[in-house]
Amino acid sequence: MAAMGIDTPRRRAAGLVAAGILVLVAVAFLAPLVWLVLSCFDTAAQTSVKLPDHFSFDNFSAVTNTDMLWRPLWNGLLLCGGSALITVVIATLAAYPLSRYQTRFRKPFLYTVLFATGLPITAIMVPVYGLFVRLQLIDSMPATAVFLATTSLPFAIWLIKGFIDNVPISLEEASWVDGATPMVALRHIVVPLIAPGMSVVLIFTFIQAWGNFFVPFILLQSPEKLPASVTVFTFFGQYGAVAYGQLAAYSVLYSMPVVVLYLIVSRAMGGAFRFAGAAKG
Amino acid sequence: MDSPRRGRGRGDRAARAVRATRQLPLAPALIMLFLFFLGPVLWSIYSSFTNAALTGDGAQNPQWVGLDNFRRLFSDPNVTNGIWLTVVFVLGSAVIGQNLLGLAIALLMRGRNRWLRGTVGAIVVSAWVLPEVVSAFIWYAFLGPDGTLNQVLKAFGLGGQDWLYSSPMLAVIIANTWRGTAFSMLVYNAALDDVPADVQEAAELDGATGVRRLWSVILPLIRPSIVTNLMLITLQTLSVFTLIYVMTAGGPGFASSTLPVLMYQQAFKFSEVGYGTAISLLLLAIGAVFSFVYVRVLKPEA
Repeated sequence: MAAMGIDTPRRRAAGLVAAGILVLVAVAFLAPLVWLVLSCFDTAAQTSVKLPDHFSFDNFSAVTNTDMLWRPLWNGLLLCGGSALITVVIATLAAYPLSRYQTRFRKPFLYTVLFATGLPITAIMVPVYGLFVRLQLIDSMPATAVFLATTSLPFAIWLIKGFIDNVPISLEEASWVDGATPMVALRHIVVPLIAPGMSVVLIFTFIQAWGNFFVPFILLQSPEKLPASVTVFTFFGQYGAVAYGQLAAYSVLYSMPVVVLYLIVSRAMGGAFRFAGAAKG
Repeated sequence: MDSPRRGRGRGDRAARAVRATRQLPLAPALIMLFLFFLGPVLWSIYSSFTNAALTGDGAQNPQWVGLDNFRRLFSDPNVTNGIWLTVVFVLGSAVIGQNLLGLAIALLMRGRNRWLRGTVGAIVVSAWVLPEVVSAFIWYAFLGPDGTLNQVLKAFGLGGQDWLYSSPMLAVIIANTWRGTAFSMLVYNAALDDVPADVQEAAELDGATGVRRLWSVILPLIRPSIVTNLMLITLQTLSVFTLIYVMTAGGPGFASSTLPVLMYQQAFKFSEVGYGTAISLLLLAIGAVFSFVYVRVLKPEA
């Protein structure tokens, strides 16, 4: 960022004040996290924040077992990975004709998709539960994955259509002359070009699903099918005395994958938050 | 954009078939959206006129009860309370909390050195990246009777209290502000980066003070971002369930039962699915109004 004008003493003072406020904000944002980080190494952790008497990894080893950690993480991977893959494939297929062909219903469809993006998904969980009961899909992981995929579909279609719009249509025209069908052109010409964008959508959808508690909480029932987001909650709610140290350790382990994925995405986007492009208006 | 292969000149059936085939890839998306999105909405409109329940008689043969659920809805003090709490939650944590704090952080970051920008940004974003359940635990511990906040207050000689019990709405508003501010900050960072430096300098040369520059130059320039950001975070905040459910479970009593939590309580805790669905329709209608405005504001040149 270019420094503007001359660096007067008054400006320097204002700069210091601004920096001071920023530091305060950062401390305020950091404070709640401190408990999590300290408690996960403290076997005697309570809700109060204190340095562990002795630093130990016992909390981590206490929760690293199949029932508590590995299976829920694996379930989360199946559920969220599955739904993210479905979302990206289906959204790319849908986005292609929406980007390439002018039809009567294209505009209303796009408006509907955008409108659906804004609807509160929470509000349809009760009727979705009713629907799942009717169709006998309660406690089915594939069905839950498909539902999760549907909830992220509108946003994904919207983003991927934007990526395809940026691919010059002339590139496909050459292949049409050679007799390739649009689907072949999509696979061999468009998809390789928008692959970085698609992977961002994939990771983004995965992160969202990984953090989703409400959907699997309502639609899944068997303890052995629950993803980590729900397991951590039952672990918190079930016992009278909560083992806070273990809860903290578990939370850290459960959060790790999405934190890593977020770092990958933000690096891939050059540190900038390009989704904000969709919010620029 | 024009269709690449127009067989329209001949206008024959084959051309129409080709055009129809081209739309075929839309089918899976349409089926999914109809089955799991539009379907449930229509279903909820239907079942909000019934006494559907999770167990017992209402589960086997739900009866048509006409407008009963809605009559009850608008005379139920818990619903009126829920609407009010939802408004307070959205205004407090999204419009005021996330939006103003995000804008303030983005403004303060301008011209600071890269190290400070990076560190503050990373800390704020880390609150946003954590899964919602984990944020809820963190705040549950932070605001508890023996939590960090009370420890800090005690250090300053102030008395603490069980914040989740004494002021549950304030607790969830602060937690949601903490969790969501990063989004607004990132949107405003991007918007401010697009404000041309020479516009700023010109205003400065004209002798405009900091506040004046912000009010008459910067804010009007980033107005589209402000409007879109407000729409998005309002819609997100409207449907927040997990944070509140884990922190307070809507309590004590109904003191923090916003519409999503109330909907859950009615449908699953008191197993009145029909009534819960009526509440979710209300929530959906509120969301639809905001979403409609959002689409109008975005005006995509589709």
